[in-house]
This record gives sequence, C-alpha cells and structure tokens, in this order.
Amino acid sequence: MANIISDETMDYVGILAKLSLSGEEREQAKKDMERMLDYIDLLNRLDTEGVEPMSHVFPVHNVFREDVVEHGDESEQILANAPEAKEGAFKVPKTVE
Amino acid sequence: MSRQYETVIGLEVHVELATKTKIFCGCSTEFGGAPNTHTCPVCTGMPGSLPVLNRQVVEYAAAVGLAANCTVNQRCKFDRKNYFYPDNPQNYQISQLYEPICRNGYLEIDTPSGPKKIGIHEIHMEEDAGKLIHDEWEDCSLVDFNRSGVPLIEIVSEPDMRSAEEVIAYLDKLRLIIQYLGASDCKLQEGSMRADVNLSVREAGSETLGTRTEMKNLNSFKAITRAIEGERERQIELLEMGKKVVQETRRWDDNKEASHAMRSKEDAQDYRYFPEPDLPPIVISDEWLSSIRARQPELRTQKLIRYKKEFDIPEYDAQILTSAKKLADLFEATTALCKKPKKVSNWLMVETMRLMKEKGMEAEDLSFSPENLAKLIELTESGTINSSVAKEVFEEIFLKDVDPEAYVEEQGLKTVNDEGALLEVVRKVIEENPKSAADYRGGKEKALGFLVGQTMKAMKGKADPGAVNRMLKEQL
Repeated sequence: MANIISDETMDYVGILAKLSLSGEEREQAKKDMERMLDYIDLLNRLDTEGVEPMSHVFPVHNVFREDVVEHGDESEQILANAPEAKEGAFKVPKTVE
Repeated sequence: MSRQYETVIGLEVHVELATKTKIFCGCSTEFGGAPNTHTCPVCTGMPGSLPVLNRQVVEYAAAVGLAANCTVNQRCKFDRKNYFYPDNPQNYQISQLYEPICRNGYLEIDTPSGPKKIGIHEIHMEEDAGKLIHDEWEDCSLVDFNRSGVPLIEIVSEPDMRSAEEVIAYLDKLRLIIQYLGASDCKLQEGSMRADVNLSVREAGSETLGTRTEMKNLNSFKAITRAIEGERERQIELLEMGKKVVQETRRWDDNKEASHAMRSKEDAQDYRYFPEPDLPPIVISDEWLSSIRARQPELRTQKLIRYKKEFDIPEYDAQILTSAKKLADLFEATTALCKKPKKVSNWLMVETMRLMKEKGMEAEDLSFSPENLAKLIELTESGTINSSVAKEVFEEIFLKDVDPEAYVEEQGLKTVNDEGALLEVVRKVIEENPKSAADYRGGKEKALGFLVGQTMKAMKGKADPGAVNRMLKEQL
C-alpha cells in the first residue's frame, strides 16, 4: 500500500462527516480509504490526454419539468417522516448562528 | 490616520427567481404559507427522491446573464456542496461550481467621475435552504422547509467597487434589470434579493489585495452602506495597530450598527464539491439561446429613449417613470387607456411619489389599477371634478383602488355647474365680507383670492375655481 492516512486526516474527515468512530472502526475506515486512494493512483497511471472529464455515465441531457405546481399541501405525510415535530415544523436540537 | 487606504469591494448577490414552483420539484414557491405546506419528498431530502430541473429557472438565469452582458455557457451542470445544517435537509446544497450558466459579464454604473464598468465573474443557479425558527419555550429549533428548493441565482461580481456609493449604484442597476426581466421582484426586505459584501482594504496605490471578510445579513441599502463604512473602519484600525485582518464571515447587526464573526476559524469550510449525479447536464442550443434573447423585454435604456420620442415627455420625467418597472408599467397601461401621457406622468411623478414617500412604500408595492387612474384623469379633464377634489379622490385610489366614478357619485364630489346656485353663494360671500369687497374695488387684487377661498369653502370645494373667479369679478 502506497497511501497512508494519518490520524489527523481521520479526525478531519470525521468532523466533516459528523461521524464518531470507535478505535476498531477507525482503523478499518483508515484501511478502506488507503485502498481507495491506491486504486485512484492506479487510475491516474492511465493516459487520459484529450479525454473529457465525465460527470455523468449516461448520454442524457436536458431533463426538465415545466413550471407547474404539481400538488397541494402534503405536510401531514411529510411530517410523518420527522423523528419529532412541533407546530407543523420539524423539531431539531437548538441551533444558533 | 497617517496612511491613505483604498476599499476594495466585491458582491455576491442572491436573487429568488419568480417561478411558480421550486427548482427541482413541483412545490409552490408562494410566500407566507403555513410551515411545511409547500413541501414534498424532494425538497425535504427524503432518501430515494429525485430532483428534476425546472426549465423556467434556466430561462431566467440565461435572460439575466444576457442582460448583464455575460457569456451564456451553452453546456453547464450542477454540483453538490456538502455541509451539515438543519435548514438543509439533504446535507448538501445543489449548486453550480465548475460550470456555471453564465460568465464574464459587466454592468455599467454612473459615478461622479463618469461611467464605470463593474465586472460580473459568474452567475450560477442553486436552491435556497429552509427556515429555522428558534422556539422560545423549549430548548429546540423548528424547521420550515417551504423555502427549501426555491430557485436562486447568485450573481458574483469582480472586486471592482471602491465605495458604498458604487455598491449601491451597482445593486440598483442589477435590481432594475432583473425586475424589468420579470425574473424576480428583488425585495431586499423580504429577502428575495440578498447581498453579501466581500471587503478588504489596502494602502492606496498598492496592487495586491488585502485580506477580505464577508459580511452577511444586509437587508436594506442603508444597512449595506453602514456595514461597508463600519467594516472599512474596523479593518483600517486593525492595520493601523499593526494587527492582521482575519479572513472570516461576519454577521451585520443593523440595530447595533456593528458586526461579529459568524464562524470560528477552527470550523472547517470544506464543502467537498462534486458533480451532482442526479441531474444530467444542461445543453442550451443556439436556437434556445436565440429564442431567450428574442423574448428579452425592453430594458430601461430603450424605454427611456422610446418614452421621450413616443410620448414627448421630458428627460427628467422619463428617468423617474423608468426608475422602477412597476411605475413604467403603470404609466404605459394608463396612457394606453386615456391617451394623455403628460397627465399620467404628472399623477405618477407628483401625487404618487408624495404618497409613496409618506407611507414609506416602494414602487413595487403600488397596488392601484391603471383603469382607475385613467378614469380619474377623464373626470378631471371633463371638468366633472376640480383639481383639489381630484387629489382627494386619488388618495382613495392610491390606498384602496376605488373606482373614482362611483366614489365621486357616492360622496357627492361633482363640481356644481349650477350657475344660479353659485351666483347665490357669490352674492352672499360678498355681502358677508364687505371689507374684502371694498379692498378689491379699491384696487387690491389680493382681496379676490380671499373671496374665492370663501366661496369654495361655502361650496364645500365642489365649484369650478375658474367659474367662481369670473362670477366674483362680475358681481364686484
């Protein structure tokens, strides 16, 4: 394995992904990420001169909808998905700017 | 202050587009619904839901780009901007980073030293977030996703502005263009137009840019001006003390007239953008682009020229009438009905402006109909009501859009054309004011004014002042 993921990188990725990992999970995730980076290194060895970067696999473009309202108030069904709701709104831990 | 400093300002302007539905789903964008009544699985980020782009968003974004002298990228795509915040149900915002819809534009503003071009770096399409309400009783926040997925365009300028005046001139111009295009109503107070100010200072003559800060939460032109002045002073003070400006996002508090840092620098700003896999790329063909171009409405500059030519009104009037789309629309619609452009222009420029100022309203808030203003002009022109009554009736039209014909009838405001009745009153007024009558006969012209006033008062303002004048002179 060529790539080494440091503990600092693991901490940083953990913060960005809002994940807290146990010691064991952390080591496993480190290994997974190192293998992914190794694979990308392998891909980087390919000659891609003149090849357009591809963002989408299918040759599809311009999938649109017209600007027409499609439904009315479905808040009851939508709020059924909320772990907690209050006064018609999703209830979340206090968030301040 | 020993050294001279230059302020360098760039703006990021978010504009809510005037579509009927959200950018990626068929939910209504209507303002002010009860919480979460305009939501669906797409705009609440439910797993398995798929976004589908609203065609009108592309049309508006391209139209604004064309009007702002941009190059429209005929191939563009969306990217994911990843961050966690409860107002963002997907934990990412769909935006455009790598291939935005428009690039390289400019707007020309007027400055005391002549016209100046302000560069536009890019315009991109993105979705708005939900709204967080902080619960006062419980230690929690409530999320309303009605705004989640409302289409926005973000217009990013180059750091070409040097003062608050230039910033306001640029915003004014941008707002007017977007309003004329019908792409947004651009109300700062309601948040359909929001400006973030990027500001840095450097010693005059320096070529390198200083460290900049980004200021958010500016919801009026006044707040923007104050925030720019406050931030300029804060940064200069730091530099003068030998300290450094920290690159950060600051929130403006207009009540305190001060800003504070919003996020600590330890808080990583790493959005890990990547191409949005759920939305295929957009290809704007030459035909599509030319049809958008062909549908561009007449913008202010063209309207100004046409008004002067077609309606024969002075430059000053044309400037004011075209200063807001709503005024221009009212002017054209009313003129089409009554065919008296000068009269319409006068009502809009004098009484409308006066009442708007008095009520603290903007042109976009005007709600009276061209039909009623046209009727009022007819009533005045035909002599059915006199000019002071007309002003009174106009106020009713302005406030409640009343039908002036019905109103004049109901309130009995018609000018009394009954010569006999008027003669009786005139005689009585002369009789009751012998001194003024004698003064007038003795050559004091001014005394007549008093007698006219008394007669009008006795007639409850409903007489034709011309007729009163004539009759008084005859009787004296």
